[in-house]
Amino acid sequence: MTDSVSTLDARSAPPARVGRPRFRWTFLGVVPFFAFATLFLVIPTSYLFIGSFKDSTGAWTVQNYVNLSGPVTSNAYLTSIEISLVTAVLGGILGFLLSYAVIAGGLPVRIRTGIFTFSGVASNFAGVPLALAFIFTIGRTGFITVFLTNVLGWDIYGSGFTIYSKLGLEIVYLYFQLPLMVLIIAPAIDGLRKEWREASENAGASTWQYWRHIALPILMPSLLGATILLFGNAFGAQATAFALTGGFINLVTILIGGQLSGDVLGDQNLGYALAMGMVAIMGVTILAYSWLARRAERWQR
Amino acid sequence: MSYLTLTGIKKRFPGGTVAVQDFNLSMEQGEFVSFLGPSGCGKTTTLRMIAGFEQPTAGTVVLDGADITDKPPNRRNVGMVFQSYALFPNMTVAANIGFGLKVRRRDKAFIAARTTELLDLIGLPDKADRYPWQMSGGQQQRVALARALAFEPQVLLLDEPLSALDAKIRISLRAEIRAIQRKLGITTVYVTHDQEEALSLSDRIVVMSEGWIEQIGTPFDIYNFPKTPFVARFVGTLNVLNARVVDATAGRLDVGGQEIRATGAVDAPTGSSVSVALRPEILAMGDGGPDDLRLRGTIEEVTFLGAVVRIRVKLPGDAGVASVDTFNNPHLAVPARDSAVTFSFPAEACLVLDVAGRDAVAAAATAI
Amino acid sequence: MTTSANVLHGDRDLQADVPDRRPRRRGQRKTVASWIFLILCVAYFALPLVGTLIFSLRAKPMLSAWTDMINDPQVWSTLAYSFVIGIFTIVISLLLLVPTAFWVRLRLPRLRPVVEFVTLLPFVIPPIVLVFGLISTFSRPPLPLTGTSLGSDVLLVCAYVVLSFPYMYRAVDSGLRTIDIRTLTEASQSLGAGWFTILFRVILPNLRVAILSGAFLTLAIVVGEFTIANFLARPMFATYLQQISGNLAYQPAAVALMSFAITWAAMGVIALIGRGSQTEIEVTGAH
Repeated sequence: MTDSVSTLDARSAPPARVGRPRFRWTFLGVVPFFAFATLFLVIPTSYLFIGSFKDSTGAWTVQNYVNLSGPVTSNAYLTSIEISLVTAVLGGILGFLLSYAVIAGGLPVRIRTGIFTFSGVASNFAGVPLALAFIFTIGRTGFITVFLTNVLGWDIYGSGFTIYSKLGLEIVYLYFQLPLMVLIIAPAIDGLRKEWREASENAGASTWQYWRHIALPILMPSLLGATILLFGNAFGAQATAFALTGGFINLVTILIGGQLSGDVLGDQNLGYALAMGMVAIMGVTILAYSWLARRAERWQR
Repeated sequence: MSYLTLTGIKKRFPGGTVAVQDFNLSMEQGEFVSFLGPSGCGKTTTLRMIAGFEQPTAGTVVLDGADITDKPPNRRNVGMVFQSYALFPNMTVAANIGFGLKVRRRDKAFIAARTTELLDLIGLPDKADRYPWQMSGGQQQRVALARALAFEPQVLLLDEPLSALDAKIRISLRAEIRAIQRKLGITTVYVTHDQEEALSLSDRIVVMSEGWIEQIGTPFDIYNFPKTPFVARFVGTLNVLNARVVDATAGRLDVGGQEIRATGAVDAPTGSSVSVALRPEILAMGDGGPDDLRLRGTIEEVTFLGAVVRIRVKLPGDAGVASVDTFNNPHLAVPARDSAVTFSFPAEACLVLDVAGRDAVAAAATAI
Repeated sequence: MTTSANVLHGDRDLQADVPDRRPRRRGQRKTVASWIFLILCVAYFALPLVGTLIFSLRAKPMLSAWTDMINDPQVWSTLAYSFVIGIFTIVISLLLLVPTAFWVRLRLPRLRPVVEFVTLLPFVIPPIVLVFGLISTFSRPPLPLTGTSLGSDVLLVCAYVVLSFPYMYRAVDSGLRTIDIRTLTEASQSLGAGWFTILFRVILPNLRVAILSGAFLTLAIVVGEFTIANFLARPMFATYLQQISGNLAYQPAAVALMSFAITWAAMGVIALIGRGSQTEIEVTGAH
C-alpha cells in the first residue's frame, strides 16, 4: 500500500490539474482499497447475486425469487421482519426516552457519561454471551424464574412463557437495540436548542403544545431514521438468535445459516436468492436512513 | 403611572453565584429601555426574569398592575426576541409568526391576516413560505421580531438581537427595530453590551456591572454625567490621566506638574492620587476660551481616521497620554510629531475618579 | 450628580441580604420521572449480568466455575487466537483505510462518495450473507482458501477487515477532518519530506485518537464475533463459548461474564482516549 503511494511524485501534481496522464496516476493511491473490497466484498456478493438468477443446470431464471414465496422462506422473512419491527419500535421508544432522560431530564452529568459508556458496551455486547446471560437469568432454571416460582408462586414457564421463543428473542434483542438507540439519537436530542422551548413558552405554548408542534416534528426525521437503523440491526443479526434457540426460530439469517451448513432448502440457488432478498431489504433500509438523516441535518444548522 | 415595575429583584443561582442584586426599575408604557453592561453583568438574567424563564430569588415583577412574579412564561403575554433568532426550523416563516396565535386558538383567517400584516411590517411580504434555513441572519431576526409581536404582547424583550449579525445589517436593523417600536408604541426592554446601540436606541439606559445597577438615565446623562467610574469608562472613550490632589476643598489638582481646577470640592484627601478622565471629543487644540482649563505636552503620534484626526499628546512626568480628536480639515496642517502643544477643555468636562478604580480605568481607556 | 468634581467611588453600599423566596420547582416532576425510568432501565440491563453471576456461583464448590475457567487451556488459547486475529484485522484495516482516506481527502475528493459507499456496504450486507458469499467464492478454484486452516485464517481476517470498514473509515475520516491535512502536507513538503514521511511521521501521529478508538472498537467486535468464525470453523473465543455452553454446566456463565468484561474494557479504553479530543467516536455495532 505505502509503496504505491510513495512512488507517486505528487509534488509536481497540483490538485487542480486534470491533465489526463497525471490524473490517472493519482488513482493508484486508492487501488489497494478497491482491490481488497472487490475481492472480499463485491465478488462474493456478486457470486450470490448471479447464482440467485440461475437454476440448478446453470440456465438464467427468476424462478428462485418466485420460489421465495414458498412457506419456509416467506415465513422466515415475515418472522424476521416482525421481530425486527417490534424490537426497533420498542427499542426506539425506550432508547429515546432513556437518552432524553439522561440528557435533558435533570440527572447528574456523571450518570449521563455512565449511560453513554455502558450503551457503547451493550450495543456491542451481542451474540453468544448475551444469549447465555438471558438463559442463565430467565431460562428454565434462571434465577428470576426460580425466584418467581419459589417466592411469588408464579411459574412463568408453566404459564406459557419461554425465553426460547419469539417473545424471548425480542426481550434479548432489546438489550442491544435500546442502547444503540440511546447512542444514535443523542446528537439529535442535544441539537434541540433550549431557545426553541423558551420561544415556544414565550409565545404562550404549553409543554404539550411544544412537543406536538416543535420538538417532535424537529426530532421526527432522526427518530424515524434511527428506528430504521435499529430495524436493519435486528434484521441482520444471526449469532444471538442462533445461540439462544439453536436455529429453533425460523429467521432469514438462521435459514441462511442452515442452508450454508447443510442445504436445508435442498436448493443452492434458492439460498442465494434468500440472501439477496435480505440484502435488498437492508439496502432499502440504509437508503431510507440516509435520506432521513440528511433531512434531519438540514434542520440542525 | 409606571407600567412595568421591578422591585428588589435578586437572583442567586443554585451554585451560589449571585447574578442580579437589588434591581429596581420602573418603566412607562411605550418606553424603550436598554440594559447595558459587559457579559456576566446580569442584564440577560434580569430580562429572563421578566420573561419568566428565571425565577427571582427575591423581589417582584409587576406588569400593568398585576404581579406576574410567579406566573409561568407561557401565561405572561410578553414577547421575546433571542440572540440566536431561535426560529422553529420545522415551520415556514408564516407558521413561525402565527405560532403564538395558533396556541391561543385564534381562528385561521385572523392568524393569516395578522401574519400578512406583520410580514409587511418587517418588510418581507414575499417570504411567507420560506423556511428559516433558506434566509439570511438579518431576515431571520426580523421574522423572530414579527413572531414576538404577533400575539400583541404587553412588553417586548430583545436579548442582544443584533450581536450575531454583520456590522452593516446591525445598523440598518437597529433603526428598523426602533421605528417599529415607535409605530406600535410597545414597551420595550433591550439588552446589549454595545454602548453605541444603547445610546442610539434608548429612552433610558440601565448600566449594569457584576449584578448591580450602576446608573439609570437618559443616553445624554449616561454619557455626559456618569455617576460611577464604571459607567464613565464603559460608555464612550476616555482619556485617563494620573493626578494628585493639591487642595481638596478648592478642587485643585496637579497633572504632570500643571495645575488644573475642578468645578467644585474634590471628595478625596489632599495629597492623594486620583484619576482625571476626559472625553477625547471635548478636548480642543490651542488655548481655548478664557475659562477653559489647559494642559501642555508633546505630540507623540497623529492618527488620521478619516473624518477625525486623533492627536496623542504626551504629558510631562507620569501623568499619561491624552488623545485629542479634531475634525479633519484639509486646509489646516497636521501638527508634527514631537512638537510642543497645548490643549484645552471646559472645567465641567473633567471627571475625577477615585484611586480604587484607577488601574481598571486606565486599562479600559487604552483598550477602547 | 451635583458637581462633576465629586470623586466617583467604585465601591458600593453593602445592602442587607433579602430573605430568599422558595424557588418554584418547575423541572422537579421531570427529574423524578427521569430517575424512575433510569432505574428501570438499569435494572433491565443489570439483571442478566447479575443472573449470570449468580448462575456461575451455583456450582459446587462455589467458585469452581471460575477456577475451571482459569484452568481451562482452551479458554486462553481461543482468547489469544481471537486477539491475534483482531490485531491482524486492525493492522490490515488501517493499512488499507488510512492512506485511502488521506489520499481521497487530499487528491481525489470526487471519489469520496464512492469510497464512503463501499465502506458502508457491510451495513447492507450482513455478516451471514458475507460469509455465505465468501465460502461460496473461496471454496473452489482459483482461490480455494477454505481448504486449509491458514487459508481459512486469511479469509477470516479479510472478512473482519470488511466488517471493520464502516467504523474504521468513519473514525479515520473524522480524525482527518479535525486536522487540516492539506496544510500539514504542504508544510511537510516544503520542509522536504517525502510521502512516506508525511504519512507515517506527520499524519498518523495526529490521528492517534481516531485510530486507537477505531482499533479498540474493531477489537471488541472481533473478539465477540460468532457468525463468520462459526461458519469458517475457526477456534475463536465466541465459538468456543457456544461449544461449551452445550456440554458444560456453570463454566460458560463465567466465560460469558469475562466476554462482557472484555467488551467493557475496550469501550472503557475508547472513552478514556476520546476524553478531551474533538474526534467524534463511533460506537455502534451490527450483530
